[in-house]
Amino acid sequence: MNSDRRSFLKICAIAGGGFVLELHETPLALAQARRNFTPPPLEPRAFVHIAPDGSVTIMAKNPEGGQGVKTHLPMLIAEELDIDWKDVKVEQADGDQKLYGFQFLGGSTATPMNWDPLRRVGAAWRQMLVSAAATAWGVPESECSTKAGRALHSASGRSAGYGELVAKAASLTPPALNSVKLKKAADYTIIGTSRRNVDNRAIVTGEPIFGIDVELPGMLHAVLHKCPVFGGKVKTANTEEIAKMPGVRKVLIVAGTLVDDKVIPLNPGLEPGVAILADTWWQAQSARTSLKVEWDFGAGASQSSASFAQQAADAFKQPFEHVVGEYGNVDAALKGASKVLEATYAYPFLPHNTLEPQGSTASFKDRKLEIWSTTQDPAAVRRLTARITGISESDVTIHMIRAGGSFGRRFTNDDDVEAAWLSKQAGQPVKITWSREDDMTHDNYRAAGWIGLKAGLDAKGSVVAWRQHFVTFGDGKRTPFDAGINPHEFPAGYTPAYQLGMSNSILLGIRTGPLRAPQVNGRAFVLQSFLDELAFAAGRDPLDLQLELLSRPPASGFGFQPQNPFGGANPERLRGVLETVAEMSNWRKRKKEKGRGMGIAAFFCHMSYFADVADVSVDSQNRITVHQIWAAGDLGSHVINPRAAESQTFGGIIDALSQMEQEITLAKGEVEQDNFDKQPLLRMPQVPKIEVQFRKTEFSPTGLGEPMLPPVIPAVTNAVFAATGKRIRTLPLKRSGFAFA
Amino acid sequence: MPITLNVNRKPHSVDVPGDTPLLWILRDVLGLKGTKYGCGITLCGACTVLVDGHAVRSCIMPVRSVENRMITTIEGLADTVIHPVQQAWEEIDVPQCGYCQPGQIMSAAALLSTKPKPTDADIDSAMSGNLCRCGTYPRIREAIHHAAELLASKGGTR
Repeated sequence: MNSDRRSFLKICAIAGGGFVLELHETPLALAQARRNFTPPPLEPRAFVHIAPDGSVTIMAKNPEGGQGVKTHLPMLIAEELDIDWKDVKVEQADGDQKLYGFQFLGGSTATPMNWDPLRRVGAAWRQMLVSAAATAWGVPESECSTKAGRALHSASGRSAGYGELVAKAASLTPPALNSVKLKKAADYTIIGTSRRNVDNRAIVTGEPIFGIDVELPGMLHAVLHKCPVFGGKVKTANTEEIAKMPGVRKVLIVAGTLVDDKVIPLNPGLEPGVAILADTWWQAQSARTSLKVEWDFGAGASQSSASFAQQAADAFKQPFEHVVGEYGNVDAALKGASKVLEATYAYPFLPHNTLEPQGSTASFKDRKLEIWSTTQDPAAVRRLTARITGISESDVTIHMIRAGGSFGRRFTNDDDVEAAWLSKQAGQPVKITWSREDDMTHDNYRAAGWIGLKAGLDAKGSVVAWRQHFVTFGDGKRTPFDAGINPHEFPAGYTPAYQLGMSNSILLGIRTGPLRAPQVNGRAFVLQSFLDELAFAAGRDPLDLQLELLSRPPASGFGFQPQNPFGGANPERLRGVLETVAEMSNWRKRKKEKGRGMGIAAFFCHMSYFADVADVSVDSQNRITVHQIWAAGDLGSHVINPRAAESQTFGGIIDALSQMEQEITLAKGEVEQDNFDKQPLLRMPQVPKIEVQFRKTEFSPTGLGEPMLPPVIPAVTNAVFAATGKRIRTLPLKRSGFAFA
Repeated sequence: MPITLNVNRKPHSVDVPGDTPLLWILRDVLGLKGTKYGCGITLCGACTVLVDGHAVRSCIMPVRSVENRMITTIEGLADTVIHPVQQAWEEIDVPQCGYCQPGQIMSAAALLSTKPKPTDADIDSAMSGNLCRCGTYPRIREAIHHAAELLASKGGTR
């Protein structure tokens, strides 16, 4: 088997599609490759508007869905512009990549992609203001400085506010961004200080700032009743009867434009169904209860979770279909091992459950489209809505509206496609709002997965071989979106022999998509649990076993690659967070008592590092109480907005705990969970005490939206093992006989 | 028959079927969009408003059942600029996406009106009906304690 690095990259790219490429490209190169678009150099004047009174408006370039970028990206500009944060007003930019560069909410990329460029935007503007002051005063620029929104010439004692200088400064040609001088970190007054969410006032007073709140004159409200089986088509429907119901203006049978492919893409097109347009949403939704539809369910109706599990079990009886990565001789190493362990793990489909359901508002008029979207990916909205309405991409105007949660759901933009299409059909503005049931049953789900593991220990209890069989969905060499695997997930590279294979022949007829910490949100549970199993089998502390693995130089082409930020973990940084969390939680001195235990886990993803310890107790009915979680993170040299970062980490940890009880299952092709009665989310009384520390390292700052999540689940399940001796190998908890108290 | 509603200390007459949920009257008839739709079955709390000072879920509350009762939404919580609970939410920097927060704030305001110094257990019990998908629960807990202090220093609840 060819195991050089190039072949891994190829297989990986084929297997995973989309985000898997991130592993091998810098974020910028990735975005360019995906979009076939190179934005012009950033123009400082597009991002910052200074008024004559000195007040400053900074444009927030990326979509905001709760991750905090609308606050912390403008902080980067404000720092280098050298202004007082209290003078800053932040405004949401429209979706316009020609003006703002890449605009994207995902992959924890906002910080690494913008840390350098946005500071340079601020510094360039500052330089233009200094230049204007120097000219006005007839002094060299080198004698001028700035402080809190003023240019200063200390030799003569002269000073001028930015507002006084802006008319002249704005007429200058901005300097090349790579030429501007940046502040020393020691001089920062904004970066690294906690600044509140810029939308707090609007949020706490209930201003209409979310997608669902958009209101246009003459707008109709819409629901689109889709087939319970994804892609099912309308044979007949009582549309005439529905059209007569109160408030109903139009009823349309939507044939849809779904692509016919055995592997459903992230943006498959318009879903079929019956659209009801009415004066209010409640009228549309009420009329819907009288709908009688005869469906052509299509091939999707034969799928079920039971059948998927059976197909996975069958796949484990066969050799891998593809080898994704390998080095060393696993067979020989297993033969020579003094102990061999085997286990099979499984994790389910998961929904996103953004608290604001999907929805979008569009106005199609005179072959131009204006759309108010909560998307994570405005460029995709432009492409998809132009295609569905048959207009050119340049005739689409995209307003990016604050999203009530994103988590990866708002990459599919099916709601935007629906709103655009419906507005064109209706000839007037349309807002579509999905019901919770629509949202939960027509999601782009986190793909389920099954993993068979076999590993060997030598007489000293060191791991000598690791074989991993990943069973997933797909057809041929392709897997659905974010249902693939990459060969760099720890412990790849750090065991003397390693083999990762994949079988991906289970056909899947529903959409999958990214969910916070895509791909690894499920797999970290598996990998970090099995390492814990090995430690226990070897009679060793699981922390020691991980630290030992991380002290070995990684195998060639695996694990950490200094030139490739999306490769595997830097062992030093992963050790660092493990050691920090062990100290925080007093891991080495943990008490052993019946029914109570601590577990540890660590993971690297999306360029950042986290390790967690969980302290849990389990009662006689297998009900788990999580008492405390300690989390240590390494996001590089700076945490831009520390208190918000801590909140974000709390949130990711709570999200992970919620995931442990959730699943999406299919029967006769239909999703069986449609609302929060069947899909629990963690509630206030179940939230543990959480302690977070960020470990500062010399590396360029990286993102936080996702990397805190993956190690939480194995820290908890490992703690459950420590408390009970019972190993959780299947999620959600109830499938292993456990529940949260 | 028009229905008379008292919303945020102002009378409104709405001509709608009496079984329409209050939520959709607030949002789409009266234009008060701070109250949010999340699940439609009372399980998420995003639609929480006060009726005669008690926290209720407006998503299934038939509008006729609250005729002539005092309805307070997030837009009308404050007598002045912002209510101490809203102020606490800002100062503790609770919101992430912010979608659930109007409902959380209304539940917290109802709690503090009956328990001016709530314990953590009081908070758990009063807030367990409000979901936060972003996981701001630790900050909400902090903010409720902070709001209790703000209210105490301002001479009690309003």
